[in-house]
Amino acid sequence: MSGVSSWFSRHAQAGIAALGRLLRRPLGTLLATSVIAIALALPAGLWVLTTNLRSLTGDVTQTLEVSVYLKPGVPLERAERLAADARRRAEVASVTVISAEQGLAQFKDHSGFGAALEALDTNPLPHVLTIRPRVTATTPRSMSALRNHLAAWPEADTVQLDTEWVQRLDSILDFLQAAFATLAIALGAGVVAVIGNSVRLEVDSRRAEIEVTKLVGGSNAFVRRPFLYEGFFYGLIGGVLALAYGSAVLAALQEPLARVSALYGGRLGIEGLTLEEAGLLVGAGSLLGLVGAWLGAARHLARIEPRE
Amino acid sequence: MISFEHVFKRYPNGREALRDVSFRVAQGEMVFLTGRSGAGKSSILKLVTLLERPTRGKVAVHGQDTGALPSRAIPAYRRRMGVVFQDHQLLADRPVYDNVALPLIVADTPFREIDRRVRAALDQVGLLGREKSLPVELSIGEQQRVGIARAVVGKPAILVADEPTGNLDHDLARDVMRLFKRFQEVGVTVLIASHDETLVREFAQREIHVQSGQVST
Ligand SMILES: Nc1ncnc2c1ncn2[C@@H]1O[C@H](COP(=O)(O)OP(=O)(O)O)[C@@H](O)[C@H]1O
Ligand SMILES: [Mg+2]
Repeated sequence: MSGVSSWFSRHAQAGIAALGRLLRRPLGTLLATSVIAIALALPAGLWVLTTNLRSLTGDVTQTLEVSVYLKPGVPLERAERLAADARRRAEVASVTVISAEQGLAQFKDHSGFGAALEALDTNPLPHVLTIRPRVTATTPRSMSALRNHLAAWPEADTVQLDTEWVQRLDSILDFLQAAFATLAIALGAGVVAVIGNSVRLEVDSRRAEIEVTKLVGGSNAFVRRPFLYEGFFYGLIGGVLALAYGSAVLAALQEPLARVSALYGGRLGIEGLTLEEAGLLVGAGSLLGLVGAWLGAARHLARIEPRE
Repeated sequence: MISFEHVFKRYPNGREALRDVSFRVAQGEMVFLTGRSGAGKSSILKLVTLLERPTRGKVAVHGQDTGALPSRAIPAYRRRMGVVFQDHQLLADRPVYDNVALPLIVADTPFREIDRRVRAALDQVGLLGREKSLPVELSIGEQQRVGIARAVVGKPAILVADEPTGNLDHDLARDVMRLFKRFQEVGVTVLIASHDETLVREFAQREIHVQSGQVST
């Protein structure tokens, strides 16, 4: 038999044996892999949440508006002139003037206060300019430049930027993703510890076998091999379970989300992990398993020497 | 094949188990280490199997100074040697076949070769057909013979046994010793520690007598 094929069959055998041992004690395996799955699913879930929110805010940014409420008593012609001034700015796509009368009419239509408003003899509303920025100009910096320009008008009472919550959300998302990275590292260390500990216990429970194996000439690499496979499979199964749990949660959320989305006439939906991201998750789980098994077993194994 | 030159062994607890031990075992010889319990027989065998290292002196096996052997070379060293213990040290949860195959598996022997050699070894100890039995399903004498099959399956040049008949009645013990004798007859160097002087006499082989950590031949 050639070196490569016997190398391969040796590893295949160690791998199958390790998998067999895990399957022979299904409850313990399920517990350990579930802990790993949750530790992996948590940061993955946060990742899905933040990326979805980010794509949502991306949509919102395109429909942004800046509303300039003029001071009471500013005449309509002045409002039109200000609108013309605003239109000349590079970051502005369009400007609509909503006169006080139009505003009141709209308010009567859309609110239930029609009759109450009839009783007013003066219109309490000011003229309002609704400014729609160009999509390319919706960076925080150009938006605040526009805002400063508009607020500097002596006729302007208040400038209301609809971006504010978007920007705030954006910085919250930045923070969340940084927190998520930290959490992922902490949970990754947890996975390593859980697997390291399971494998270490397994080493202890098979001490006699390890001693005999070393006595008949088994090298450290040989006795280590099945334990490394065990850690690898713990991580792999944990990663797959994490995907399964995540998909179950997503599936459960789709229905209510579709209902909410229909109410708003939108097409809101949660995007799960991409295929690459899913592969990365399972790969990360397997790698953490391997590292955990190595840390938990390697030195411990090397110290076990055959006794007579 | 095996040579001790002024070997001292002191255990970490300060117990001096061997004091200035020197002897040689030639290739193909069968030699008994005799002496009462606590004399130092097992300590000698532990130095041969590299379970322990000498405190002072030189132990050479296969013409090679074991003191010059780094720990990573120990597995390969042990594969050239068959070891049998009083407590047979079989894996209780594995069938006879797996137990006997272990030295071949750790040596990365091809599977077909393993199968052939496990059967040959079981045949030599008279246990062919018991491959699937678990150790508990065998008698003590049979268990010890499985241990011997495991020791010889890798075709070692040296066979080392520590009280291999300690748990057996006289007839079974004699059978086991005959088995060792047969391996010696086909060229294997055999070193057996035993405190059973009557049994050892029956075989009329060279004896190395150990007493309070010292040897006399
Ligand atoms: N690992 C050890 N640690 C400390 N003392 C030991 C150890 N092994 C053996 N001894 C001591 O060394 C002496 C020789 O023991 P041993 O070689 O086992 O003798 P035998 O095999 O002839 O009965 C005994 O006094 C024993 O107590
Ligand atoms: Mg002894």
